[in-house]
Amino acid sequence: MADDDEIILSELSDDELVLQMHDDLYDGLKEEIEEGVNILIARGWAPYDALTKALVAGMTIVGADFRDGILFVPEVLLAANAMKGGMAILKPLLIATGAPRMGKMVIGTVKGDIHDIGKNLVGMMMEGAGFEVKDLGINNSVEKYLDALEAEKPDILGMSALLTTTMPYMKVVIDTMKEKGMRDDYIVLVGGAPLNEEFSKAIGADAYCRDAAVAVETAKAFVSRKHNRPNA
Amino acid sequence: MSQDLLSRLLDEREWLMADGATGTNLFNMGLSSGEPPEFWNTDQPDNIRSLYRSAVNAGSDIFLTNSFGGNAARLKLHNAQVRVRELNRVAADLGREIADAAGRPVVVAGSVGPTGEIFQPMGTMTHDLAVEIFQEQAEALKEGGADVLWIETMSAFEEYAAAAEAATRAGMPWCGTMSFDTAGRTMMGITSAGLAGMVEKLPAPPIAFGANCGVGASDLMRTVLGFETTGTSRPIIAKGNAGIPKYHEGHIHYDGTPELMAEYAVLARDAGVRIIGGCCGTMPDHLAAMRRALESRPKGDKPTPEDIQAKLGAFSSASDGTGDTSGDPKRERRGRRG
Repeated sequence: MADDDEIILSELSDDELVLQMHDDLYDGLKEEIEEGVNILIARGWAPYDALTKALVAGMTIVGADFRDGILFVPEVLLAANAMKGGMAILKPLLIATGAPRMGKMVIGTVKGDIHDIGKNLVGMMMEGAGFEVKDLGINNSVEKYLDALEAEKPDILGMSALLTTTMPYMKVVIDTMKEKGMRDDYIVLVGGAPLNEEFSKAIGADAYCRDAAVAVETAKAFVSRKHNRPNA
Repeated sequence: MSQDLLSRLLDEREWLMADGATGTNLFNMGLSSGEPPEFWNTDQPDNIRSLYRSAVNAGSDIFLTNSFGGNAARLKLHNAQVRVRELNRVAADLGREIADAAGRPVVVAGSVGPTGEIFQPMGTMTHDLAVEIFQEQAEALKEGGADVLWIETMSAFEEYAAAAEAATRAGMPWCGTMSFDTAGRTMMGITSAGLAGMVEKLPAPPIAFGANCGVGASDLMRTVLGFETTGTSRPIIAKGNAGIPKYHEGHIHYDGTPELMAEYAVLARDAGVRIIGGCCGTMPDHLAAMRRALESRPKGDKPTPEDIQAKLGAFSSASDGTGDTSGDPKRERRGRRG
């Protein structure tokens, strides 16, 4: 690209910079996102505003195009990686400034299943939306999920499976939670390529989330409902 | 050099029938979710023999070994990465036993599924490591007596190519299918026409290529039509799921009936597919209905997308991802940097 086309981020107005950061997230440009975040902070932006207006709004566009079959996993992973770069700068600032917290989620891929792309995207988008996320990684047994629920006391449990051979394991986890009388203490969200709404209902989950963007919307809706409960 | 069994059968016949589901069948025999099906090769060999035999008895000319997750990257989840050679050799060995007792030529296809890892730069997997992992599996399947290596359910072309290279290194003929489950493309964005073009650029192209799994029989047929737009003359494989998974009375049930799968098999043959089978949810009853239909119903015209939707149900997405506009952002972009 010719030098004339080079955009100098620090020369852009706030509004232009935010729009440019949406594009740079879309293109998965990590260094540019880090630079953009630093500029916004240096200009006196609240970390929470930088997070929501630049990063989360940008990832929402990525999420929508992923949902619509315009972007695919490779592009989304690059975008998520760029977002991660920005988040690394913002995270300590968000904690220091006491930015609003949406809630907490424990998330992991079920036993026997190695796939974690979707789960990682959900985790990242949830963090971007202000949730605290504890990622258990792949291949989680029912014991590992329950231990994490005890230790982390989250609002939400998220389970992911990509294989038809592992998706029934979600029911094993939910059934065990029921046996222990703790099912209703948590919002249980499930996702993964072979799943559908009907499956999530049949196994006793609260909702099926078809992609990371939907997961965030669903989590927000459930958490606000939970918080509005009189005795909660 | 003598011709491999699969190539010989393809020369002799218009179509071959492959098998159906592995996981769904094993669950019905009591496999519990989360456990690696490959362990049953040594722990419950009679169940694996039954699985293979059920496909042969239902009329399959080809069946896949119970080794889909039998690579070191997958078995590592169960601390069984040291058992790659054993589990794959036995998977093929049991297959050889059943095929040789069939009384007709039946191809033992050594199933090779994805590692589950993402390739660099997005992930950590490298080409060399993937080839090494697949080669270990390929050699064990060969040792057990597999006729052909059957690479399946791939979503990244890098991984497909690495598995192909491993097959060649192991001295095995191979076939390879991808799963087109995301708005007509694979999860990593490969289109049907893209795969058809890419296999021809491999140093040792497959005997046959195609699609498996994905989102039901209707989408799978659309993918087949996509392969054919490239004018490929290479044999095409169609192994579609028997509908969509539903949770029913404690187990996963696929909503596609034997009648629907029979319809799908005939449409696939009419579309020019040479190797026709099922994937998840396809049980012996489905296979038997497919075989009967393939043998009894006269060949028809190549189906159109409309014919497919009328007979098998609606596609899951408006486009199959092969159009020019796909992959381009809809919105106005500002300057692209970098």
